[in-house]
Amino acid sequence: MALDDRKTDGFKYIGTRPNRPDGLDKVTGKARFGADASASGMLHGAIVRSPHAHARILKIDATRALALTGVKAVVTRADFATGLTGEDADLLENVIAGEKALYDGHAIAAVAATSALIARDAAKLVEVTYEPLPHVTDVDAAMQPDAPIIRADAADDSVPEGMHPNVVRYMEFGRGDLEAGFAEADAIVEQTYKTEATHQGYIEPHACLAQLGADGRGELWCCTQGHWFVRRMCTALLGLETSQLRVTPSEIGGGFGGKTTVFIDPIALALSRKASRPVKLVMSRSEVLRATGPTASASMDIKIGMKRDGTITAASGVFRLQGGAFPGAPTAETMQCAFACYEIPAVHEVGYDVIANRPKQAAYRAPGAPMGAFAVESALDELCRELDLDPIEMRLKNASREGTRSSFGPRFPRVGLVETLEAAKAHPHYAAPLGPNQGRGVACGYWMNWGGETSVSLAISEDGTAQVTVGTPDIGGSRASMALMAAEALGIPYENVRCNIADTGSLGINEPTHGSRATYASGLATIESARQAIGKLCERAADKWGIDAEAVIWEDGCAKPSGPNAGEFPPLTIAEIAAEMGSTGGPISGHHEATPNGHGGSFGTHLVDLEVDPETGRTTILRYTVVQDAGKAIHPAYVEGQFQGGAVQGIGWALNEEYIYGQDGRLQNPIFLDYRVPVASDLPMIDTVIVEVPNPGHPYGVRGVGETGITPPLPAVANAVATAAGVRLRHLPMTPPRILAALEQKAGG
Amino acid sequence: MRYHTAASFEEAVAIAAAAEGVTRFLAGGTDVLVQLRSDVVTPDDLIDIKHIPGVSEIIRADDGGWTIGIAVPGAVMGEHADLCRDWPGVVEGMELIGSTQVQGRATLVGNLCNGSPAADGVPALMTAGATVSVVGPNGSRTVAVQDIPTAPGRISLSKGEMITAVHLPARAEHAGDAYLRFIPRTEMDIAVVGCAVNLRLDGDVIIEASVALGAVAPTARLVPAAAEALIGSTLDDAALSALAEAASAACSPIDDKRGTIAFRTRVAGVLARRAAGIAYDRAKGASA
Amino acid sequence: MSRIHVTTTVNGDEVEYLCEPRETLLDCLRDHVGLTGAKEGCGTGDCGACSVTLDGRLVCSCLVLGAEAEGKKVETIEGLADGDTLHPLQRKFIEHAALQCGICTPGILIAAKALLEKTPDPTETEVRYWLAGNLCRCTGYDKIIRAVMDAAAEMREAS
Repeated sequence: MALDDRKTDGFKYIGTRPNRPDGLDKVTGKARFGADASASGMLHGAIVRSPHAHARILKIDATRALALTGVKAVVTRADFATGLTGEDADLLENVIAGEKALYDGHAIAAVAATSALIARDAAKLVEVTYEPLPHVTDVDAAMQPDAPIIRADAADDSVPEGMHPNVVRYMEFGRGDLEAGFAEADAIVEQTYKTEATHQGYIEPHACLAQLGADGRGELWCCTQGHWFVRRMCTALLGLETSQLRVTPSEIGGGFGGKTTVFIDPIALALSRKASRPVKLVMSRSEVLRATGPTASASMDIKIGMKRDGTITAASGVFRLQGGAFPGAPTAETMQCAFACYEIPAVHEVGYDVIANRPKQAAYRAPGAPMGAFAVESALDELCRELDLDPIEMRLKNASREGTRSSFGPRFPRVGLVETLEAAKAHPHYAAPLGPNQGRGVACGYWMNWGGETSVSLAISEDGTAQVTVGTPDIGGSRASMALMAAEALGIPYENVRCNIADTGSLGINEPTHGSRATYASGLATIESARQAIGKLCERAADKWGIDAEAVIWEDGCAKPSGPNAGEFPPLTIAEIAAEMGSTGGPISGHHEATPNGHGGSFGTHLVDLEVDPETGRTTILRYTVVQDAGKAIHPAYVEGQFQGGAVQGIGWALNEEYIYGQDGRLQNPIFLDYRVPVASDLPMIDTVIVEVPNPGHPYGVRGVGETGITPPLPAVANAVATAAGVRLRHLPMTPPRILAALEQKAGG
Repeated sequence: MRYHTAASFEEAVAIAAAAEGVTRFLAGGTDVLVQLRSDVVTPDDLIDIKHIPGVSEIIRADDGGWTIGIAVPGAVMGEHADLCRDWPGVVEGMELIGSTQVQGRATLVGNLCNGSPAADGVPALMTAGATVSVVGPNGSRTVAVQDIPTAPGRISLSKGEMITAVHLPARAEHAGDAYLRFIPRTEMDIAVVGCAVNLRLDGDVIIEASVALGAVAPTARLVPAAAEALIGSTLDDAALSALAEAASAACSPIDDKRGTIAFRTRVAGVLARRAAGIAYDRAKGASA
Repeated sequence: MSRIHVTTTVNGDEVEYLCEPRETLLDCLRDHVGLTGAKEGCGTGDCGACSVTLDGRLVCSCLVLGAEAEGKKVETIEGLADGDTLHPLQRKFIEHAALQCGICTPGILIAAKALLEKTPDPTETEVRYWLAGNLCRCTGYDKIIRAVMDAAAEMREAS
């Protein structure tokens, strides 16, 4: 795409904070989310789930369930496509078990009935005979020679000979002379760090309403981050032609990566096909926690060498990630992001993707990055303490900047890490005094962002207003951002733009709202669509004036002659041109489709002050500041919101959130009572500083901002705890029992 | 499940006594409905007792004692200034249960009858010397609160019996109580450890004391040895240390998803010290 | 199964429905009354997305049986605005960008309204503790707290 007319300042609408267009619906209860739809003749579905972590399924007997009044259909694996390979095979295996249940909560069968209560009762009447098998849920245990084999054929050729079959992928990269680098160091830290699996924790459970006929044509309404993904996955799993399923996205009640895949949608479609009626399927919270994607758990060995002046001389890391019973843990992303913040002459990384008897991991905000950041930024903090270095100065000394070669190969284009560090250093937070038992932590983080397949249309209406049609669900205010960019490009008021989220029948393929791509990629395509429409508007004016189109310019929503030589004509407003478009050549629209790849990464630096109660090990967050590069903040309030939300999810991961499995391999905390996400009273205000180092790959300089913010909090909080309590915790979450045990160990020895 | 609305205790008891399957009484429903929704307990008969006359009242008797109706939600207790003045520890224990929304429904008796060792409403009732009135097919009786829970999820009431009221004694002069719990977050958690202290002073000296712990044993329990450590002292450091030691020594907790044995044992002592400090200040006249 | 006939008042309108004994007030509002503004986020009273008031008292409608609403007054998010005029809390939530996905918003608005009726001049800490039972996973709560405080200030000035 042409970025020759990039614009980075002098904006009229970009950078303002107008009300979001969908605000009214969302504060009045009118907005329709996944579970809010219904259809004539609708049935309700319920899913039978495995109580075992690992078991062979010997028999499924639905006789009693089918005998219950109101039950219309039962489906099992036999009702889905056969012969799938690769990721589709894994996806189907996760959606509904085949020969074995692979984790507690794994779907085995499903029921459709005339009410939700009858469906739930019927699900309890489906008799499944299991042969329990040995299980393993911990990543390190799953790699041991005596670990039970979960799936014998899941590994690919990347895995070296002799490794346990639970190791399913292996990766390695690096450069430079590691030995020489460590020899040059004045201090070396070498430690093992662990993080537990956490869940995205969106408040809206997965929900859908499906209708599929015997003719192979279907309609699906669901809450998703990406309905083209849903369409592709569902049709593959059901053996349908892709275009015959139309997927309409509901409003979405949070996703954070967890709604980029399918869990219940194919089951609802299968039930609908079997019962010949629409089927609504809504997950309970415990189903969400037991059987949708949490993130991976990780175990990591980090070694970093540093000179007395703070220069990093060498670094190595071994990353073991467990992503459930299927390949796909974000090991590569962990490795790419772990050392991304720093220029390191010698670096070497090894990664393992390991399977265990847990639900298939799904993307969670900067998937993989927080774990690696926790390990590396903690290790750097340990070095700063040993060498008595200021943590921001040390980071400035080594910070990645334009031209820095990353550990994984490419050199960075213009990036804003240095600017975030300078802003953090200058922030009053960094100089504020601390009290007893209090500590301050600093950490940086990175997410590479994403572009992805994108298709956007923009049409001018008869009154000169505009509609933008995008394919990326609005998960946090993106309609406002699209409308702002369209308004800016067209030179018309923000209120004159309406942004619609299209169904799969209305646009070409769009990747989900993931990878921090919506404002970047759909925004880029919106601007390009607007520019295309402007070209047509200018042509219409030129025709009217009888001059060349090249002699017409577009300014403030009007066509104007480009100069005195072009002729003397009064400006033609967009409304005037639009009013006549039917007779001047037909509808005026713009369309842009691309897979843009100039997304540029976003770096951030976080500061946290906290207090640890030395008698109970309880941590209280006192002050928090997020500094992050947004490239260009289209709607600053929603950029701040992304920073704040990411920080708080990271705080939860650092302190209290974790998947706890019992000896029996069952999830111990499948409700919000015990899966402890931060509540309002746990937190202070989250200060934000938006740094703007324009992204060369976007017409207005936008960088994705959604994900980076979850990355620094894990180490920042750990580093602050190390100061406040005088103990270094290398295992997240830092629950009060873990902190108190560390304090007692220190006191005792 | 059959849903009944009882108009009197007699009717409620009659329904419960005649029922053949699982019976639950419904007041606030914050445990009953959760268990129902998650298929833990699906009652055959659910008896709504909120329509029985008097169950939503808080009454102070002429002798200063209190009677709290079995359908009084925590929020109403918290809004009752006189009750809060007399028994701040009892009220704060109740008010720690769940969210604002849960407070609009949850009741003391529900908390007691759920039988959780971690029930926040229970330890301060024990240290207050609270009793409950019980009626059943074989008449009525009065039972000390500490005799109600028998094991996790189990209570000493027999089939057809129900609690009809909670009684708190008259508040003595120069006395105060307090309840503290430990949770990892600031709200919304089940107690990992809970501790209530009730004491009475003569001048600066503690002349009566009672200490109860929650979540460190199969039931919430009174800890006489911890009370002994306080009596006769002015809550000096030695007394506080002895209190903490006695509280920790009384623990027989489990390791679970919410905490470890070592953590619970250690923190029981910490909370005992802190709760005693608050109760002492209140007895000296500090307002809750 | 025998259904229970319930007559109740929702947002000032008398409504009737037939419910199963096991159905919650939330189920009844959403499936029988047709008001889907209250959301089910957990079903265990831990997230507050289903918040409504019952005879003026803030509750989780997932922890109330539909049958219990007999003769009561229920207020939901659909009744918060006065016709076209938004409640100050609704307006401030939009102005402060206090929602991202919006799924928790109905419950938080109902809870915040109950707070301001009881405590017109709350401290930040009071707002945070009052709303501790309303989970929001998107915002980190910052803008929600600011919106509630700002609405409270405006409502005090107006009264």
